[in-house]
Amino acid sequence: MGGSTLTPATVEAASSDPAPVIRENGQREVFCGLTSIVWLHRRMPDAFFLVVGSRTCAHLIQSAAGVMIFAEPRFGTAILGERDLAGLADANEELDRLVADLLERRPEIRTLFLVGSCPSEVIKLDLGRAAERLTTRLQGRVRVLNYSGSGIETTFTQGEDQALLALTPLLPSLPPSPAAAERAQELLIVGTLADAVEDRLVLLFERMGIPVVRSLPPRRSTELPPVGPGSRVLLAQPFLSDTARALQRRGAQLIQAPFPYGVEGSRMWMEAAAAAFDLAPEAVAAVLDPLVERGRRALEPHRQELAGRRLFLMPDSQMEIPLARFLSRECGMELVEVGTPYLDRQLMAADLALLPPGTQLSEGQDVDRQLQRLRQAGPDLVVCGLGLANPLEAEGIATKWSIELVFSPIHGCDQAGDLAELFARSLRRRGRLHFH
Amino acid sequence: MELTLWTYEGPPHVGAMRIATSMEGVHYVLHAPQGDTYADLLFTMIERRDRRPPVTYTTFQARDLGGDTAELVKRSIADAVTRFRPEALLVGESCTAELIQDQPGALAAGMDLGGIPMVSLELPAYSKKENWGAAETFYQLVRGLLRSQVPAPGQAKPDPARWRQEGRRPSVNLLGPSLLGFRCRDDVAEITALLQQHGIDLNVVAPLGARAADLQRLPLADVNVCLYPEVAAPACSWLQRSFGMPMVKTVPIGIGATIEFLRELHTVLDLELSEDQLNEAHSRLPWYSRSVDSTYLTGKRVFIFADATHAIAAARIASQELGFEVVGLGSYSREQAREVRAAAADLGLEALITDDYLEVEKAMAEAAPELVLGTQMERHSAKRLGIPCAVISSPLHVQDVPARRSPQMGWEGANVIFDSWVHPLMMGLEEHLIGMFRHDFEFVDGHRSHLGDSAPAHGAAAEGRAGIAAVAEPVPESLAAAVDGPVEALWTADGEAELARIPFFVRGKVRRNTERFARERGLRQIDAEALYDAKAHFSR
Repeated sequence: MGGSTLTPATVEAASSDPAPVIRENGQREVFCGLTSIVWLHRRMPDAFFLVVGSRTCAHLIQSAAGVMIFAEPRFGTAILGERDLAGLADANEELDRLVADLLERRPEIRTLFLVGSCPSEVIKLDLGRAAERLTTRLQGRVRVLNYSGSGIETTFTQGEDQALLALTPLLPSLPPSPAAAERAQELLIVGTLADAVEDRLVLLFERMGIPVVRSLPPRRSTELPPVGPGSRVLLAQPFLSDTARALQRRGAQLIQAPFPYGVEGSRMWMEAAAAAFDLAPEAVAAVLDPLVERGRRALEPHRQELAGRRLFLMPDSQMEIPLARFLSRECGMELVEVGTPYLDRQLMAADLALLPPGTQLSEGQDVDRQLQRLRQAGPDLVVCGLGLANPLEAEGIATKWSIELVFSPIHGCDQAGDLAELFARSLRRRGRLHFH
Repeated sequence: MELTLWTYEGPPHVGAMRIATSMEGVHYVLHAPQGDTYADLLFTMIERRDRRPPVTYTTFQARDLGGDTAELVKRSIADAVTRFRPEALLVGESCTAELIQDQPGALAAGMDLGGIPMVSLELPAYSKKENWGAAETFYQLVRGLLRSQVPAPGQAKPDPARWRQEGRRPSVNLLGPSLLGFRCRDDVAEITALLQQHGIDLNVVAPLGARAADLQRLPLADVNVCLYPEVAAPACSWLQRSFGMPMVKTVPIGIGATIEFLRELHTVLDLELSEDQLNEAHSRLPWYSRSVDSTYLTGKRVFIFADATHAIAAARIASQELGFEVVGLGSYSREQAREVRAAAADLGLEALITDDYLEVEKAMAEAAPELVLGTQMERHSAKRLGIPCAVISSPLHVQDVPARRSPQMGWEGANVIFDSWVHPLMMGLEEHLIGMFRHDFEFVDGHRSHLGDSAPAHGAAAEGRAGIAAVAEPVPESLAAAVDGPVEALWTADGEAELARIPFFVRGKVRRNTERFARERGLRQIDAEALYDAKAHFSR
């Protein structure tokens, strides 16, 4: 990992009209990558995420998760104390002791992620070596992996990218097809989806005629999908740059498509997958056409609420560009500014190409300056983090908090109506409230 | 290194944020990596604040570490001063910045801040926690702003009764109320009104709502009331040492404590206090507690865990004013551990001082209480154990910042406490009845929805969460973890049937005791007879 996740990909989209970009490097009002643990641990109930960090890390995850009703959460923080900072050898011993205690109490755990944090990165605690050492010690019982979710290296959703990246070396190799090594054999959907949504999408792909559909991350951390030249990778989430590249290095081919938000995006996403498997267009249309028709019907009442309204997206979840595409093209919203923590033009190419010409993008953040632009523009709706939502509402500006989007089932044609409703609700609610 | 799943307190710089955000016109420049801005949502979401906390974060990233992070600090300070024009500036660092040693306080001291008072905060993130950070910040701020006013050593201490010679009403400061503290906003209103009734003026409330200039007026008061020692104790002690201002230490939560508080305050001020002014009829709690309907509260087993202030107050109210039996008392406030231990010893208990919520949950399960008074953490533990709970202390959830006025202190605070502690018990009684009649057709599964576990979800967002919740969440793991050792003996059908007849709130304890009994006697099976044998054994 290292610097690569911070530097935006240099491959420029082949668009003839590249959108103008404001680049800022000031105060960033975003979560760090540790936040991803909140949904990752639910996806893989046999995995434990152990952050090696400070009390701040523990407090962050707890606050981002809200105080949820976990019997005992499958994440925790090994809090570094003054003694650990004094000598590193000591810190390794302490970590081993703590992991042994933890695994004794949680015998159901099969995969343990040691998650690096800002303090562990700064003191250069080698969690990679710790993971190797612990894996050897726990031979056969628990696999120990490591990645960094530190704020100095990752934002919010990038934590999932780094976690999946840590899993990729463990993926078994997909044996080449006897017919041709390059032939598409299996579809690999990459990115955490709500289980119900995933089941639905897999069913649809199978109905279209894709022989094998697998997911990364899997529902059980030990049931890792194979990867190889016969794999076609379809990204379900727009923040998986490093994982996508690692899978490509394993021979998998990346399917270029917009992300599956909304009817149009989901349709193009599924069509692109079908095309990668040379499926008969009629078979694909037979599956998709009724979905598209129904999805549009579900979208319509929300489109009426949203059409013509002006939208400002603050950088937060990395989902901003595909969401902006959905909200402008399918819901008729006008885009004031589309912020993104970092701009990966390669991954976003299909969505960027569908944005209205001249859409104002911004990368990075200087929050006070951005708020100044926002107030001048006076948008009807702002997509932002929880730290900003109530203060903006108090200024009379409607908001939709972005963290809800990573927790809610929003992917696919069937969810397009629900996705639009999340945005329309903020505006509808304001319409309902009267106090005099 | 210590394993933490949920924490009672954040890091010390969050304590500093509580002080800065509680005050007006104070700005905090925090040298911290990207991601530490999460702390804003504690205020904007839990407290529903309509403004961003007055904090500028440097939000440095890995690429900045190779360059000049000190320059980034100076730029952030200069920008914050220009943009926010604060009346006082706090400069400090979070855990990661502490490691890179840019010393932001020293950098700020070397800058031209246009005469704005600046306080450099050194809050050791690897050994201290949130409440300590809040107390230290408040103390440093008070000390920094009052430095020039400190009387020379040896000068005569001001007489707290000087208001009489000066021909004015006595006046006090209320110190300690802050954001994310438990019901501070309402306690201030309640105590202000109480002081008013006694002819005592309020000089300054701080940090909540105070400006830097207000802190500079602190010495004008005759007495400091230390409302929340977790936040105000060091500042009050310093004001006592440096300015000779006496401190009133009794925290007026509950009838007895409110009366004691008034006595202490009047004594210090040399102000007359009539017995009528202490009439307990100012609150409904004493009569409600005496009324026959409350008979069923007698000897209710209560487990208490909270910050020190609220834990100690709750123990006194529970044991003396509601007639409960306190079966467990503890606190995560290590700074006030001594006081909590003393309060526990008075009740014949050993205090539990820990910040490991699993240890608390285990103690709770073992104590088999009928009511838990705790923080949000205990609310969750109690829910898992099926025990009613009332929240009495931080850490908070958004529901602990109610729209209505709902103090804990003073006469009205006692009323609020009666209601909020007794109502969950009513629910408990109802639950018991449901248990007794559960074979009746009205009480099929799903009828218990008002307990919250299976409340119906509303709307798309809730469905979304439900969708995620569908990921198999193992059932009460920690409950299993809390039970000691493996169980060798098997329960027979008639043993289980007999156990099911036992009221739910002691069932867990009876089960554990019986299993221990069976283990000790090498029984293979636990039938109804074994259960009664165990009952007889333990009731000796």
